[in-house]
This record gives sequence, structure tokens and C-alpha cells, in this order.
Amino acid sequence: MTEPDRRDGIKLTPQQLRNRRLRNIAIGVCIALLAILFYVVTIVKLGPGVMRPEP
Amino acid sequence: MSLVSREPMPPTAGAAEYAAGPLEYFALLKPRVMSLVVFTAFAGLLVAPARIHPVIAFASLLAIAVGAGAAGALNMWWDADIDAVMSRTRNRPVPLGLVQPREALFFGLTLALIAVLTLAVTANMVAAGLLAFTIFFYAVIYTMWLKRSTPQNIVIGGAAGALPPVVGYAAATGSVTLDSLALFAIIFVWTPPHFWALALVKSGDYARAGVPMMPNVKGGDRTRLEILAYTLLLVAVALAPWPLGVGGRLYAALAIAAGLAMVHFAWRVYRIREGAEANRAAMRLFGFSIVYLFLLFAALVAEHGLGLIARFGL
Repeated sequence: MTEPDRRDGIKLTPQQLRNRRLRNIAIGVCIALLAILFYVVTIVKLGPGVMRPEP
Repeated sequence: MSLVSREPMPPTAGAAEYAAGPLEYFALLKPRVMSLVVFTAFAGLLVAPARIHPVIAFASLLAIAVGAGAAGALNMWWDADIDAVMSRTRNRPVPLGLVQPREALFFGLTLALIAVLTLAVTANMVAAGLLAFTIFFYAVIYTMWLKRSTPQNIVIGGAAGALPPVVGYAAATGSVTLDSLALFAIIFVWTPPHFWALALVKSGDYARAGVPMMPNVKGGDRTRLEILAYTLLLVAVALAPWPLGVGGRLYAALAIAAGLAMVHFAWRVYRIREGAEANRAAMRLFGFSIVYLFLLFAALVAEHGLGLIARFGL
């Protein structure tokens, strides 16, 4: 008995392709928002002194 | 050499694994539960004596919300089998086959890690530790252990739902005090009458799923008695923030008025035991219990958020 040829992989339907694209966009947006959040939190934690040069 | 893999997908992967869109993943977070968690955590954060920067408060609440969502996703991963046979839960993404259990598991674990680390960075280690404990308690102690093994499942498991205001308070102060434990106690004692009212109506669902809820194990009469007892205890516990100074007069007035209404609804559940009217009474208690908890925490938010205590001496 021979194994089925799987070189073509699984064919996704147009709906599945669309959902995968939407998932990727959602993950991208979440990572971008997380980066912005961490940036703002860092600035807030460092305080206003972060913008002043040392005397 | 391309950075993008063109290798065929592994043979073990099924097309069903790629079926879900972002909305199905969002549903895994139990958004309605998450909203209540955020609201009670916000109240905990507001009643804390320490003031924190609004950005830190926002980031902390976001982390708590994501942590609660992660716990919900882990719950849906473990409970997919019983969710499939219960009318209330059969349309969740995992039983519908839109999200594979393994995907829900890794989604939940990833979010839990991100939420706890974010809270550790933005707030403090005490709050982060409490959030991690909350997720662990809900996913492991309640979902994996208590839910299918004892009719006291939601009594003990209620601790997970009661912790968010403690986490919010700790995010602001870095500590756990009697003030935040009073808020914990309110939600903890509120949980049994809230869920048992629903369980009285949905006992068939729980029986099919093999979940030993109080009405299925001890019967309707015992459940009604315990609902009434817990409701009376709840009304007393809900007054605790007043002498502690966490709640002002507005809070005390609301706690008494809404508490009397809770007792009224619980008494009706206790008295009316047969037929459609009994189910209606139980669902009214279930519905009002949500309003009741919202009112208590809304009063705290109003008093502290709007500065009513300081401004008007309420």
C-alpha cells in the first residue's frame, strides 16, 4: 500500500484563506498596539526627566 | 533563499484548523465575563488609596482583561466536550469545530503569559502574581478539578471571579488589604445564588453534561434554601465596605436597597417551586443578581471616580 502524495498540502477554501488573512491582520494590529503601549508606559514610568539632558 | 516557507503543510494538519477568523478567537475570551472583570477591577483600582498614572491604570486593566480572556479560552479548551451538549454553550467556537481544542489551548496560554508579564512590567509583581493565580485557579482548580467533581464547584471556584478587584487594587498599591478583600468577599458570596438560580432552570443541561451542580446533586429544595442563605449573607457582606470607608453613604444606601430586592427575588425562588413560574422566579433572580453586582460596584466607581466622598462628604 502506498502513501498518498501530500506534496500539494491542504487546499484551503476561499473562506479559509480570507479568515487566515484576517487573523494575520488582527495579530499584526495587536502586536503594533502592544509595542505602542509599552513605549508609552516606558515614557510614563521614566517621567518628564527623560527628555532633559543631564547638567 | 526565501524567508517564507513554501513547504507543504504537515500531513497531520486538517483544513478545519484554519477555519476560524478573529471573531471566533475573540469569542474564546468570553467577552461578557471579561467586561464584568474589567469593571470590578476598575472599581478595585479606583478605591485604592494610592493614585496611579492613567496610562498605567489603562495598561493594567488591559492586562487584567486579557488575563481573564485567557482563562476563558483555557476553560473552553478543557470543557469542549460538555459545552457541546449544553444548550447555553453549544454554539461556542470549539464545540462548533471552528477552533480546534489545541488552538484554544495555545491561544489561552499565550495570552495568559502576555497578560501576566505586561501587568508585572506596567504595575507590579504583586498584581501580576495575583493575576497569574487567578488564571490558574479558574483554569486548573475550577475548570479541570472542581467543576466535574463537587456540587460546591462554583462556591470554591467563585474565588477566581472574585479576585479581579483585588488585582486592580494591588495594581495601584502593590498590596492586598482588608479593603480589597471586602470587595473579594462580595463577589465570592454573590456567586452561589447567581449561578444556582441559573442551574435550577438549566439542571437538565447540567445533568446531560454530567456536571454535578447543586440542583442535580442535592435537589431543588436544598438549592433554594442555600440560595436564600447565601443571599442573606451577601446582603450583610455587601455592607462591609461602608464601615471600612471604601464605600460612602451612596454605596450604603444602594447596598441596602438593592440587597432588599435581592432578598425579595431569592425569597420568591424559595417559595415558588413548581412549574413555569418557578423557572421565571429563578431567571429573575439570575438577571437581577447581575444588576445588583453592577450597582454595588458602580456606586464605588461613582463615589471614588467622581470624587463624591471628598467633594460632598457623601
